[in-house]
Amino acid sequence: MSTNPFPLDKADLMKAYRTMRTIREFEERLHVEFAKGDIPGFVHLYAGEEACATGIMMHLTDVDRIASTHRGHGHCIAKGVDVHEMMAEIYGKATGACRGKGGSMHIADLAKGMMGANGILGAGAPLVCGAGLAAKFRGDGGVGITFFGDGASNQGMVLESMNLAAVWNLPVIFVVENNGYAESTSVDYATAVDSYVDRASGFGLPGVTVDGTDFFAVYEAAGEMIRRAREGGGPALLECKMVRFFGHFEGDAQTYKAKGENDYNREHRDCLKIFAARVREAGVVTADEFAAIDREVGALIEDAVASAKAAPLPSARDLTTDVYVAY
Amino acid sequence: MARKISMKQAINEALDLEMRRDPAVIVMGEDIVGGAGSPGEEDAWGGVLGVTKGLHAKYPGRLLDTPLSESAYIGAAIGAAACGMRPVAELMFLDFMGVCFDQILNQAAKFKYMFGGKAKTPVVIRAMVGAGFRAAAQHSQMLTPVFTHVPGLKVVCPSNAYDAKGLLIQAIRDDDPVIFCEHKNLYGHEADVPEEAYAIPFGEAAVVREGKDVTIVSYGLTVHRALEAAERLAKERIEAEVIDLRTLSPIDWDTVLESVETTGRLVVVDEANPRCSIATDVSAHVVQEAFGALKAAPQMVTAPHTPVPFSPVLEDLYIPTADAITAAVSKIAPRAMAA
Ligand SMILES: Cc1ncc(C[n+]2csc(CCOP(=O)(O)OP(=O)(O)O)c2C)c(N)n1
Ligand SMILES: [Mg+2]
Repeated sequence: MSTNPFPLDKADLMKAYRTMRTIREFEERLHVEFAKGDIPGFVHLYAGEEACATGIMMHLTDVDRIASTHRGHGHCIAKGVDVHEMMAEIYGKATGACRGKGGSMHIADLAKGMMGANGILGAGAPLVCGAGLAAKFRGDGGVGITFFGDGASNQGMVLESMNLAAVWNLPVIFVVENNGYAESTSVDYATAVDSYVDRASGFGLPGVTVDGTDFFAVYEAAGEMIRRAREGGGPALLECKMVRFFGHFEGDAQTYKAKGENDYNREHRDCLKIFAARVREAGVVTADEFAAIDREVGALIEDAVASAKAAPLPSARDLTTDVYVAY
Repeated sequence: MARKISMKQAINEALDLEMRRDPAVIVMGEDIVGGAGSPGEEDAWGGVLGVTKGLHAKYPGRLLDTPLSESAYIGAAIGAAACGMRPVAELMFLDFMGVCFDQILNQAAKFKYMFGGKAKTPVVIRAMVGAGFRAAAQHSQMLTPVFTHVPGLKVVCPSNAYDAKGLLIQAIRDDDPVIFCEHKNLYGHEADVPEEAYAIPFGEAAVVREGKDVTIVSYGLTVHRALEAAERLAKERIEAEVIDLRTLSPIDWDTVLESVETTGRLVVVDEANPRCSIATDVSAHVVQEAFGALKAAPQMVTAPHTPVPFSPVLEDLYIPTADAITAAVSKIAPRAMAA
């Protein structure tokens, strides 16, 4: 038995792998199901970006809150939202996480500290300042994490929130998920600064850029920021540079990407492959152990899809419940 | 020469013609060209649903892709309008008004009045409205009444390709800020549209079906539901007149009142939420101005007072249906009438 060179023990390494594998399997399966025409609405897939959500969420518990984006499935899974409830929600079923009223773009589970995927870019940033403020009043050491893309990073709300968090010294982490594109537009076109760390320093926040395809890089940088925030050290910004394997949304022809870009990324920048290879080569987790997780996750997703398809639809009366006027 | 084209093509054509006619017309929005700075194709998207596709090649430099900063670019369009340009800014979904509303509400809408009539602000803000796309609560709202509430704004919502072209051309030539609402479920809807430019004046409703028994007033997608209801009612020998408002500010009260003077009955169909809506506005005005002509209480058929649900089974119940319109008419058109 070789010594473990990683900052996580074997059980946590397997947990991280299981989470990333679950996200990947969930998204790959949705890609297939969407093409069949079974899934209504807009679906934005997180495949390729798993290490970011997982590397951060490994540090969190239910007292910590996150605010997610339109590309929220990965954040939900990593924060512990039930996969069956998520799948049923995406199918618009009564058994869904939001009883079919929200859909892919609005999955939430407040008990898990998951304050919602969001259809409005940047809207999570002010909300998470509120989460950080509430944690400060409660005094439970909770932190708030807001995720936003390279595109959404240019929303006024995000910039105002960075300043507010700094002024109030809130336990809040701003996570820029920089996958290079906002819809079809490149980050190089839309964001004037070269580094989000420079932007953070303009607001008085410490910032770090990491390779978001490297789970360990994310894990370590996030761990340091989260520890500091819990101890009253205030907000910080983490930029994760990563790749999205699919289109902006399902149905996107992706003609704005370079030829062969997706294949290259799947071959050389797959965070899951990179993680598994490193951990296997260090002799900490065996190929068989990984394969067992793959089988387990495959069965889980299979079951989630089957039960989502079989689940009951909302009933007509659900239309007018959960709002202050009922007729 | 008229030919059948979709509402999407009609809007593209209106932009094309006005850009050709007036060099002050510029267009801006998120991914309206698409592929900016990206390694693949330029003009990759032409807007999220392809409405502006192809214009970039014809008018290089006059379509501006924006960062995802609606306050900044909607505001910049308004500022440029106040400085002699005629910008058309695409807000993608009208629901995103939430992140840029000050520039519309407190700036664009107020300049002319607040500055003693000295300013003009010829800006058009195009955006998708309405439900039926399975796009859930933050991408599906019919927010027209929010804008009609604000003096200084003009609000347009076409129901077909012909009107969309003529109204957009008018909007671009108009010197006031115009909120141009495009129902996303009408983009594919086709009509006969002339190739040349034509402007449809604001404040002129269209009587899209004549009838003597009841007046149905609507706009946007629900005009089609109203027409469907009218077809069914005709089988019961109830003749409904259907009025498409086309512009909500200014609004054509004369056409509505004249119709109600003849029919004595009013049903207003509005996809917006019911409180303080186009439906309440039209009903109240008719009650005040034509009370004597009314043979029954005006009826309102609207969305319920809820956000837009995601699940298709719920969303289908959300938008006013031809059934609901027929039921509202039946309530006030006594069965005796059919005899
Ligand atoms: C306020 C607002 N503006 C525009 C949009 C439309 N929109 C949805 S996702 C998206 C691109 C987001 O890019 P990015 O923030 O980089 O996230 P990614 O999709 O790459 O994860 C846009 C423009 C929106 N949902 N909300
Ligand atoms: Mg992005």
